[in-house]
Amino acid sequence: MDFTLLIALVIPLIGTLGVMFKGASENVREGISSVSSILLLITVGSMIPSVLSGKTLTLHMFTILPGITVTLRADAMSMIFALVASSLWTIAVFYSMGYMRGLNEHAQTRFNACFALAIFGAIGVAFSDNLFTMYLFYEIVSICTYPLVAHHQDEEGYNGGRKYIVYLTTTAKAFLLPAIILIYVLTGTLDFATNASTGIFPAGVNETLVTLLYIFCIFGFAKNGVMPFHHWLPGAMVAPTPVSALLHAVAVVKVGVFCTTRTMLYTFGTETMHALNLGIPTAYFVGFTVIAASIIALSKDNLKSRLAYSTVSQLSYIIMGVALLTDPGIQGGLIHIVNHAFSKITLFFCAGAIYVVTHKKCISEMEGLGKSMPFTFGAFAVASLSMIGAPPVAGFITKWNLLIGSVQAHQLGILLILIASTMLNAAYFVPVTYKAFFGKRPVTEPFSGIKEAPLSMLIPILIACTISVLIGIFPNFMLQFVKAVTG
Amino acid sequence: MDQLLINSGFPILSVLTFLPLVGALLLLPLRSEEWCRRVSLGFTSLIALLSLKLLFGFDKTTAKFQFVEHKVWIDTFNINYTMGIDGISLLLILLTTLIMPFCVLASWSYIKTRVKSFMICLLIMETAMVGVFAALDFVLFYILWEAMLIPMYMLIGIWGGPRKIYASIKFFLYTLAGSILLLVAIIWLYVANDHSFFIPDMMWQHYSVTAQVCLFIAFFLAFAIKVPMFPFHTWLPAAHVEAPTAGSVILASILLKMGTYGFLRFALPITPEATVILMPYVLWLSIAGIIYGGFTALGQSDMKKLIAYSSVGHMGFVTLGIFVMNVDGIEGAILQMINHGITTGALFLCVGMIYERTHSRELLSATGIGKYMPIFITFLGFFSLSSFAFPGTNSFVGEFMILSGAFQFSTSQNQFPYLALAAIPGAVLAAAYMLRMLQKIVWGGTNNPDLAWLRDFDLNVREIVTLAPFLFFVFWIGLGPQPFLELMHTSVSELLTQFDLHQTGAVAAAGLLGN
Repeated sequence: MDFTLLIALVIPLIGTLGVMFKGASENVREGISSVSSILLLITVGSMIPSVLSGKTLTLHMFTILPGITVTLRADAMSMIFALVASSLWTIAVFYSMGYMRGLNEHAQTRFNACFALAIFGAIGVAFSDNLFTMYLFYEIVSICTYPLVAHHQDEEGYNGGRKYIVYLTTTAKAFLLPAIILIYVLTGTLDFATNASTGIFPAGVNETLVTLLYIFCIFGFAKNGVMPFHHWLPGAMVAPTPVSALLHAVAVVKVGVFCTTRTMLYTFGTETMHALNLGIPTAYFVGFTVIAASIIALSKDNLKSRLAYSTVSQLSYIIMGVALLTDPGIQGGLIHIVNHAFSKITLFFCAGAIYVVTHKKCISEMEGLGKSMPFTFGAFAVASLSMIGAPPVAGFITKWNLLIGSVQAHQLGILLILIASTMLNAAYFVPVTYKAFFGKRPVTEPFSGIKEAPLSMLIPILIACTISVLIGIFPNFMLQFVKAVTG
Repeated sequence: MDQLLINSGFPILSVLTFLPLVGALLLLPLRSEEWCRRVSLGFTSLIALLSLKLLFGFDKTTAKFQFVEHKVWIDTFNINYTMGIDGISLLLILLTTLIMPFCVLASWSYIKTRVKSFMICLLIMETAMVGVFAALDFVLFYILWEAMLIPMYMLIGIWGGPRKIYASIKFFLYTLAGSILLLVAIIWLYVANDHSFFIPDMMWQHYSVTAQVCLFIAFFLAFAIKVPMFPFHTWLPAAHVEAPTAGSVILASILLKMGTYGFLRFALPITPEATVILMPYVLWLSIAGIIYGGFTALGQSDMKKLIAYSSVGHMGFVTLGIFVMNVDGIEGAILQMINHGITTGALFLCVGMIYERTHSRELLSATGIGKYMPIFITFLGFFSLSSFAFPGTNSFVGEFMILSGAFQFSTSQNQFPYLALAAIPGAVLAAAYMLRMLQKIVWGGTNNPDLAWLRDFDLNVREIVTLAPFLFFVFWIGLGPQPFLELMHTSVSELLTQFDLHQTGAVAAAGLLGN
C-alpha cells in the first residue's frame, strides 16, 4: 500500500474542487492551480528514488469483479509519463495565467477546473495498474477536455469539440470496450504483466482473436493520433493555445500513445507480438502516418495546424519505435514521450505568445517578426531542431535510438521512413524560423509597436526550451527509466 | 416441494406488500393536500426501512425461497396465498421499496391537482409491485400483475400530458393483450401439475418439447411486451412522454423489470428446453432492440422520448444477458436491471425538474441550462455518464458482465463472437445520444434561449435529497458491486445448474443447440 500514489492522484482533484468553489477571484484561482501543480511535481518526484531502485509501488483501491480492480502502480514506465505530465502542468499553469489574462478570456474558472481535471486523468493513466483503471482515466480525460476544446463557445469551437468527442468516445466504445472485455474473457484478468516481454495471454489462446484484439487496442486508443482516426486533433486546435499546448501536444495525445505502448508491452508483451508477427506490420502502418502527416503539415499555413499535423506525425514515432520490438527501438520510442513533450510545448507556447502579441495565426504573416520577438522565435528555432532530430536538442536522442532500432530489426524500409520524415520535418519547420528572422516585413504592416511577449509567458517558454536542450545534452536521467522498461 | 422453503416467523413480505394499501386507506379521510403528501412519504419511507430487514435477514448461501408465507386461500381450486423470495427477487423488491419515497418527493410540487388520489394510486402501485416480485402462487402473481395496470393507467390518464388518454389506453391494451396468453399458460400448467398453482412446483418438470415451446411463446409475449423488447416497444415512448414524473420513474425503474424478472422466474425454469431452442431468436431480437433503441434515441428532440428509447436499448442488454445463459450474463442482467432502475429513474427525475421550471420537455428549449443551474447539471452529468456505461459507474459493471457473458457464449461454442460484437454499436450509440443530450443541456449552441432567470431556481433541498441517494448508488455499484452480486450468486448458479440438468438429449440430438 503506497499512499504516495493516492496523494499524487488526489492533488489535481483537490485543485479542481478548489478552483470550482473558490474560483471567483482570479488570484485565488490561479494560486490554487499553481500550488497544486507544484505539489504534484514534488509528490511525483519523491517517487523517483524508490522506482529507480527497482521497486514497484502499488495501491489497490476498489475491486469491481474478480480480476478487475482499480489499482495504481508506479514503475519505470509510469514514471516517464507522470514526470512529463506533472512538470509540464507546472509550466503550463504559469503560461496560461499570462495567456488568459492577456486575452481577457471568458469562463476562466471552468477553464482552470477542467485543466486540473484533465491532469487528474493523465496522472491516473500514468499510474494505472490494469486495463480497466487505464480505460477509466482515459475516458475521464476525454470528457474533461471537451469544455476546454469548445472553450470559445462559437460555431468553430462547437464543431471542433463535437468532432473531438465523437472521435474519441466512438473509438473507445467501439474498439477498446470489446477488446477489454474479450481480454478479460480469455485471460480472466486485466492486470498488466510485471515486465514488458511476457504479456498476459496464456499459451494456446486463439491467435486470430489475439491479433484482432491487438488491432482493436491500436485503434481504440485514438488519442494516439494514428491515421485514419487522427482528424480530431487538428479539429481540436480551435482551443485556446495553452490547451492546445498542454493537452493536444502533451497530455491528451501522450495519454493515447502511453496507453497504446503500455498495452503493447504489458498486455500483449514483446514475446506474443513476436510470435504473432505484430510488431513490424505495425511499424509500417504507423510509418504511413509519419509520412502522410508530415506532408499535410507542409501544406498548412496556419501555425497551429502545422504544429498539430507535426504532432500526429511525431506521435507515430513513439509507436513505431516500440513496434520495432528491439531494445533501442523501444527505448527510442518511449524516450520520445519526454522529448516530444518538452519541445512541442515550447513550439505551442511560442505560437500562443505570437498570437497574444500580434493576433497573427498564419505563418505567411509572420515574416520579419523575429526581430521584434527574438526570444520567442529563438526558442521556436531550438525546439524545431529537436523536432527535426538535430543534436544537441532532445529529439536527437530519439532519432538516434530509432535509427539503431530499425537497423537492428533489419528494417531498411523503416530506416528510409525515418530519413524521409526527418527531411520533411526540416522542410516544414525551418521556413517558419527563416521567414521570421530573414523575411521582409510587409510595407503595410511594419510591426512597429510590437515587443516581446509578457514575461509570464516568456519565462515558461524559455524554461521549456532550456529543458529540451538539457535532456538532449544529459539524456541519461530519463534514459534510466526507459532502460528499466526493456530490462 | 417443501424442501424449497425456509420459514420465518414475522410475515415481512405481507407487511411490505399490504402496508402501502393501509396507507392508501388512511389517506382517504384526509382533507389537507399537504398531509396527504406527508403521510404518503411517511408510509413509503417506513416500508423502505422495513424492507431492509429482508436484506439483513437474507441467507445468501442458499438458493431456496426465503421469508416464505403460506396460507390456504381458495381451497376448491387449490389456490394459496404463498409468498417468498430468492436472490433474484430480493434486489428487485428492495429497488421498488427504496425508490417509492423518491417518487413521492418528486411529485411534491409537480402534482398540483387531486393530490390525494395521486398518492393513493402510487401506494396501490407499490402494493402490486412488491407483491408481483414476492408471489409464489401463480394466481396471486397474476392478480397482482394485472392489478398494476389500473393505477398506472390512472397515473398516466389523469395526471399525464396532452395526449394522456391515447397513451394510457395504448399502455393498457398492449400490456393486457400480452397477459391473456399468460393466463392460458397458467391454466395449462395448473392442469399439468396435478392442480397446483405453486410456482416452484411447476419448475424443472419434464414437459414435452412441444408443450414447452407453446408455453414459452405465451410467456414471451407477455414478458416481451412488458420489457419492452423490440418490436413490442411502441407503447413505451408514448406512456413515458405523457406520464407525470413519478409515473415515468415507476414505469422505467420497476415495471420494465417485471418482464425480465418473468423470463428469469418462469420462462427459464418452466420451459428450459424451449428456451434453448428459441434462444437465438431472442438474442438477436435483443440485439435489434439495442441498436434500434440507440438510433431512435439519437434522433429525439423530446428528452423524455430520448430516455424512453434509451430504455429500449438498455433492456435489450438485459435480455441479451439473460439468454446467453451463463453466470456472468445472468448476474450482469440482474445487476443491469437494478442499474437501469437507478440511472433511468434518476434521469426521469432530472427531466421532471427541468419540466417543472420551463414547462417543456423539448431539448431545444432547455439548451444552455448548465450556465445557470450548476448543481442540477452536476447530477445530470453523472447520471448521463452512468447511462452510457462510463467506467466507474454502475451501468459499466452491468454492461461489462453482460458483454462478457455474450463473449463467453460464443467462445464456449468455438464460434467467432458475432453476438457480442453486434451489441457494441449499441454501446457507441448510447454514448452518442447521452453526450448529445448532455452537450445541449449544459452548453447548447450559439443561439440559446434566454434562461438566465433560472439562475435563482437551481435545485432546492428537497430536490437534492431526492437525487443524492441515486448518485450514491451509481458509484457504489460502479466501484464495489460485490455485495450486490453476492446476494444473487447462489440463486443464479442454482438456476443455471438446474437449467443444464433439464436439457434432455432430444434438443441436442436435433442439432438445435446451435453448434
